[in-house]
Amino acid sequence: MDFLTLIQILDSTVRLATPLLLACLAGLYSERAGIFDIGLEGKMLAAAFFSAAIAALTGNVWLGLLAGIVASMLLSGLHGLASITFRGNQLISGVAINFLASGMTVLIAQDWFSQGGRTPSLSGGARFNPITLPFAEVVEDVPILGAIYSELISGHSILVYLAAASVPLTWWVLYRTRFGLRLRAVGEAPEAVDTAGVSVVGLRFAAVAICGILCGIAGAYLSTALQAGFVKEMTAGRGFIALAALIFAKWRPWHAMWACLLFGFLQAVALRYQNIDLGGLVIPVQVMDALPYILTVVILAGFVGKAIPPRAGGEPYVKER
Amino acid sequence: MDKMPGWADAVLVPLISLVLAAILSALVILGIGEDPIAAVKLMVSGALGSTYGWGYTLYYATNFMFTGLGFAVAFRAAMFNIGGEGQAMLGGLGVAIVCLVIPWPHWTLALLGAMAAGMLFGALWAAIPAYLQARRGSHIVITTIMFNLIGAAVLNYMLVNVMRPKGSMDPATRRFDETTNLPTFQDMFSTADAVVFRGAPANVTFFIAILACVLVWLLIWRTRLGYEIRAFGHSETGALYAGISPFKIIMIAMLISGGLSGLMAINNVMGEAERLVLNATEGAGFIGIAVALMGRNHPFGVFVAAILFGFLYQGGAELALWTNIPRELIVVIQALVILFTGALDNMVRMPLERIFLRLRKGTS
Repeated sequence: MDFLTLIQILDSTVRLATPLLLACLAGLYSERAGIFDIGLEGKMLAAAFFSAAIAALTGNVWLGLLAGIVASMLLSGLHGLASITFRGNQLISGVAINFLASGMTVLIAQDWFSQGGRTPSLSGGARFNPITLPFAEVVEDVPILGAIYSELISGHSILVYLAAASVPLTWWVLYRTRFGLRLRAVGEAPEAVDTAGVSVVGLRFAAVAICGILCGIAGAYLSTALQAGFVKEMTAGRGFIALAALIFAKWRPWHAMWACLLFGFLQAVALRYQNIDLGGLVIPVQVMDALPYILTVVILAGFVGKAIPPRAGGEPYVKER
Repeated sequence: MDKMPGWADAVLVPLISLVLAAILSALVILGIGEDPIAAVKLMVSGALGSTYGWGYTLYYATNFMFTGLGFAVAFRAAMFNIGGEGQAMLGGLGVAIVCLVIPWPHWTLALLGAMAAGMLFGALWAAIPAYLQARRGSHIVITTIMFNLIGAAVLNYMLVNVMRPKGSMDPATRRFDETTNLPTFQDMFSTADAVVFRGAPANVTFFIAILACVLVWLLIWRTRLGYEIRAFGHSETGALYAGISPFKIIMIAMLISGGLSGLMAINNVMGEAERLVLNATEGAGFIGIAVALMGRNHPFGVFVAAILFGFLYQGGAELALWTNIPRELIVVIQALVILFTGALDNMVRMPLERIFLRLRKGTS
């Protein structure tokens, strides 16, 4: 494998890891606050559709992004209503949200565009286009470093840089702010937070709202930056891979980034090579597809360092208990 | 003291949830510019208006009974087995292997062999997450989701690289031999002068599904093991004090659950397609969740809810055929049913409990 191929694979790793990272951080806020969210997939899907649809109708991708975030936050609100207000089963709510998004996106797409559940192809201002970082063309000819800067780091859409920036931001919010401390506390010991006079319900809704925003950006990235338009079921399990990455990272922001890059790399390799031939031993493409899930099961099984979720995760908070 | 009489809990709450889901679905149909009443009429005539429609409705219902029962048994033990889809997929693989490899002399023997294989493969696919939950504390929801996705990859590999006949582009096995073909309702109920259920896929496995409902009921409410499963589901610590082994209960409940989901393959793979195709399960594993939640995880409830979902499926197919309403409407209805009967259960239950409390105060 030559250097240029490697750069290209890493480049597509970054592209493919971005939606995973955004969704993974979304899940991180929610689960750190004690709300399990298996509806990441559905929220991304809804956001992908609405951002592509509004971008197609208005020609403005920023309005599209906004619509995607609103759609995702509405579903987040539903999840919050079910799991915080009515103390319902968070897993069931997540399953319902996934199906709701999967059905509604096709239904509305068919009603608005009549193209078999897709949106029209986006172009120009209706898409997030790659931006070239300063000096990218100047340093292009510098060996190795020039290629890394101009091919790998430069030339992505703004959302990729946003996703990268949200990792240190999330770290800072979680570990260096009062809000972050309370957010983590509410996922571990909500009764302590309540005793301190801080609203458990308020904090959890805030976490679920942040989760909605990030999932919204992730979905918008899928349909307006990675691809040019919405296709039925376009999230293709990314919400679950993000969930897997979250467990892989043991609910920590920097580790989440590395886990998403790893899973993005696996996707990039699977996309480029169908079957990998390792000198006689052929690894079929299905193994590459399944590898993130297998790794997650191994991690969950605790063979490679145990993944312990936030203690109060999945439990609705009842004051009088 | 219970806040509500038993009948309200078993019938009224699901009924109100269902009505709420139906109202919202009607609004959705209105929203996309179609007439909900005409849609319901079309669904009823398409799914229940002919023996052909019934043949499809009961075919789908058979699938949902197996996966619904599977989910319900695990849920009784407080295990959220979201992996019915993967277990049904692997069950299909088991059924296909048995049907393709062994030269069966008669369909009755083939059916017995296929049932054993389907259950075995489904149970094995549930066994690993169950073991990890029981011994290592790995959250069963996440592991079963992962096993659904891994199962899809396994099936994809088997069909594309191993089981596909030479020269065929289609990722599917060859057709099963004729001796393994199950009698359909058309074969069973048609008389010399009246052909009924013509071309519909409902087959003899419908009765096996009903038998499974009865057996699960006996297991859960009439055996010691069933009592232990329910006790464990109610309170793990309580069950532990009573000397019930959590490991044993988790493993047994999940093996039965996976086995039931895997058993679905005798209907969709052996009874209908008569070969194994990609996406043979068509999401039936997930519909099982909706069916079980609506049926209150009771075998009789699962039976009724499965027929209702069978009707929705066949009716939805008719809608997609004759109107501009896509099939995905059914997915939306399914989501709303899961939402109202599962996640927003307390939204319906809390006001009802208040009403019943007030009524009781009034009489005493």
